[in-house]
Parts: sequence; C-alpha cells; structure tokens
Amino acid sequence: MGLFSHLGLALEPMIKLIGVEKKLGGQPVLQGVDLTIPVGKLTTIIGRSGEGKSVLLKHMIGLMQPDRGEVWVGDVEISRLSGTRLNDVRKKFAMLFQGAALFDSLSVYENVAFPLREKLRLTGPAVARRVEEKLGEVGLAGMGHKFPAELSGGMRKRAGLARALVMEPEIILFDEPTTGLDPLMAKSIHDLIVTMHRRFGFTAVMVSHEIPEIFAISDWVAMLRKGKIASMATAAEFQRTTDPEIHEFISVGGTVALPGSLVG
Amino acid sequence: MIEQLGAWTIIRVREMGRMLLFVLSAFAWLVQPPFRFHQIMKQLHFIGYKSTFVVVLTAGFTGMVLALQGYYSLRKFGSEGLLGSAVALSMIRELGPVLAALMVTARAGSAMTAEIGIMRITEQIDALDTMAINPLQYLIAPKLVAGLIGVPLLVAIFDVVGIYGGSLVGVDLLGVSEGAYWNSIQSAVDWKDIYGGILKSISFGLIVSWICCYKGFYTRQSAEGLGRATTEAVVLSSVLILVWDYFLTSVLL
Repeated sequence: MGLFSHLGLALEPMIKLIGVEKKLGGQPVLQGVDLTIPVGKLTTIIGRSGEGKSVLLKHMIGLMQPDRGEVWVGDVEISRLSGTRLNDVRKKFAMLFQGAALFDSLSVYENVAFPLREKLRLTGPAVARRVEEKLGEVGLAGMGHKFPAELSGGMRKRAGLARALVMEPEIILFDEPTTGLDPLMAKSIHDLIVTMHRRFGFTAVMVSHEIPEIFAISDWVAMLRKGKIASMATAAEFQRTTDPEIHEFISVGGTVALPGSLVG
Repeated sequence: MIEQLGAWTIIRVREMGRMLLFVLSAFAWLVQPPFRFHQIMKQLHFIGYKSTFVVVLTAGFTGMVLALQGYYSLRKFGSEGLLGSAVALSMIRELGPVLAALMVTARAGSAMTAEIGIMRITEQIDALDTMAINPLQYLIAPKLVAGLIGVPLLVAIFDVVGIYGGSLVGVDLLGVSEGAYWNSIQSAVDWKDIYGGILKSISFGLIVSWICCYKGFYTRQSAEGLGRATTEAVVLSSVLILVWDYFLTSVLL
C-alpha cells in the first residue's frame, strides 16, 4: 500500500482500482494497482516513462481490460463489461488523448459537434450554440472551420479539450496533456485544465511527467512505480515526502518544488 | 520443429477466428440503430465513384488486347465471327470481376487500410470508443456495405467498357463484321454467365473491404506497422480474390 493511502480512503471514490494486473506482450506492466480517484478532485498520476501510466488510464474507461483485478466506476465494476452496458458507463467519461485524437476528416467545429450529433442526436442551432460556447472557453473562438492538420499542437489539445467538455462529463481523463508542447504552451494548457476543472467540477485524472508544474495544479498526486501505486497524497504532502526514491524522482532536474511557492 | 509448427498453426487459426468475428460483429452492428446511411453513401462514393476512371481505363485496354489476341487465334480456324463471344465471355465470367476487384484493392483498399490504420495509431478509434460510439458500426460496417454494393457496379461497368473496347479493335481496326461481333455475343452469353459474374463480384467486394478494414483496424502502433498493414492488406486480398475465383469457377461451371 502507498505511503499516504490512509488519506485517500477517507474520500468518496469516483473510480476505484483493486489489484489490477496487466501484461502487455508477455511483459508485466501493472502488477497489482490499488488506486482510489476521489470525486470532483484533480488527481495526477506520475511515474517514469514506460511505467504504464497511460495503460492505467485506459483501464479506467474500459479501453483495456485487466488480466486480474477490479475496476469500479461509481458502483459499477467495468472490467468484464462490454457492448451497451460498457457504453452506458462511458457516457460519464470524456478523454483527452496524447495527440488529441481529433478526427482528421472533420473540421474543428465538426469534431466538437460530433458527440452532440452522434450521442445526443442534437441538430442545428442547439449544436451550434454549445460548440461555439466550448470553442470560446478553450480560446478557439472563430477557428471552427480549420482542420486538425492546420492546427499547432497546443491548439489541437484545446480542440480536444473542447470536444471532451462539450458533453459535460462527470469524469475527464487526461493522457499527458502537455507532451510535445513548449513550456509556455504547456502552462497555458495546465491553466485551462484548472480553470475548466474549477468551473465545471468534474473528476479529473491526469497522467503527466511535468514535474514540478503538476504539484501546483493537482489536488492529489499518485506515483506509479514498478507496476504499483508507490504513494498517493495531496500535492503539498507529496512534495514533503521522505521516501528517497520518490524524492529523487520529483527532484529530477535539480529543482525541488517547494510547497507554498507553487501551490495556489 | 513440431512445437514451432503447432505454435504457427495456433497463431493462424486464432487470426482467422479474429477475422471472422470482426466481420460478423460489424454486420451485427449494421442492423442496429442508429443507421449510418450517410456514412455508407460517403464510402460508396469513395470506393465506387472514385474508382470509376481507373476501372474504365483498365477495362478498355483489357477488352482491346483480348480482341487482338482472340482475333489472331480465331483466324487460324477461320472463325473470326466468334470474336465477340470470346471477348464477352472472358470479360463477364473472369476478367471483369477479377480485374475490377484487383483495381479496387489497389486504389481503394490500400487507402482504406491506411486511413483506418492512421486512425488506430493516432488513437482516433479509441476516441470513438470513449464516446460510446462503436467503431465497427461507425467506421467498418459502412465500408463493408460499400464494398458489397460498389464492386458489383464497377464490374458491370468494366464488362460493358471491355466489350466495347473489344469491338473497337475487332470491328473498327481488324475488320470483323459488326453484326457478327454483336450477334455472337447475344447467342453465346447465357444468364448463367451473368449470374456467375455477379456472384463473383459480390464476394470479391466483400473480400476487399473485409481484409483491408481488418488489417487497418489491427495495425501495430508504429509507422512501420502501418506500412506493413497496407502491404499485407493488398497482397492478402489480391491472393484471396484469385484463390476464391478458382473455387467459385469450379463450383459454377
């Protein structure tokens, strides 16, 4: 169990992973992950590259099934679900993918409108109003006619975020939302995520290795190491850890983020 | 050695099972609402309409060369008058379905594999899943239907253009009498020939879209994987078309 896991247990869980194990291509990736994602908070999962952070995220939304263990979303165990029943659970979710995963053949506007049209069967002005609103919120007002190929990395992430937000989901999963962006762009995406999180109050799960930046924006931080959650704590507590390995990991680059200097 | 053979067999059998499940579940999703009429039309436009030019071109030259070859063979027996039936029967029974399907594989099939493969690599297929939209229903089923409808229509065009190409060379260039050319077609071509050609073209349409969608859908996560998937899709569907053609012909004859 993790260092501060007793704290996590006190919170109302939105997603709960119990003993999740997963092998990929014969290699063990997740080796008994126990993790509780609290409702309405922004929880960030950190860990080294190739530790299986994205794999972990994909288990939460049923894109991957565990070899062993349970995945609970609310009061539904999803690891053995498929078809319509899995889709019912997925309606609570949205996901922002690493490359934003916008549909190449559709314009930005069409991309954001896509879930409204496909899932809610909305048409005409109802779609236009909600799409324009979301594009405005992520800072892409008037860019709806552009195609994904014409956008910069940061703009794609913004468009992806608009598409994730448009269905007003209860949970949003962020898979390395700032990978491949310059530091300024990364900061603006982080700021946007925090603003949207405060405004809409969804449960956010983020996978990232932007240390120390994520300590300033996350409510909770969990560290994945050797296929298990090595530690989960509030962002402030996490930085005060005495565990040498965690300390080493979060101080890579020479700058240990000091509590208070970034938080708030 | 035995172990390797066994492992190889298991992998192949599993792959075949996965392919069968893939196409069956896509068709199962097809009959469930929402119906993707617009998507089917879009795919039909891509597979059918956009392949027309290359199919017409191939058909014209195939018919012309058939007439040229046929003319010199038939002349030895003094039966140039049968040229029309020779061209038409080879077109309708064999060359139309096979060549049109091969052209569709090369033009539309490879593009389908690449398109679906890129969607897989860039997580667009996962994105559909997370939006609770089944990718088999949204992406694959319309392409399968478009293949089933589009290829037979292209084959029909191929046959007609090929026969006219034959008449261009046979009648206009080599001097076979026009009446003899068309009369021999009318008397030689049977409903059974047409029926066989339609059956072939429908099954080839399914083979092309099935194999090309499948290979794209299960592309490995890399640019190299995408290249390999496209190559495999084109090679496998071309080979399957020729093999399946032999079996169908042997049953139909």
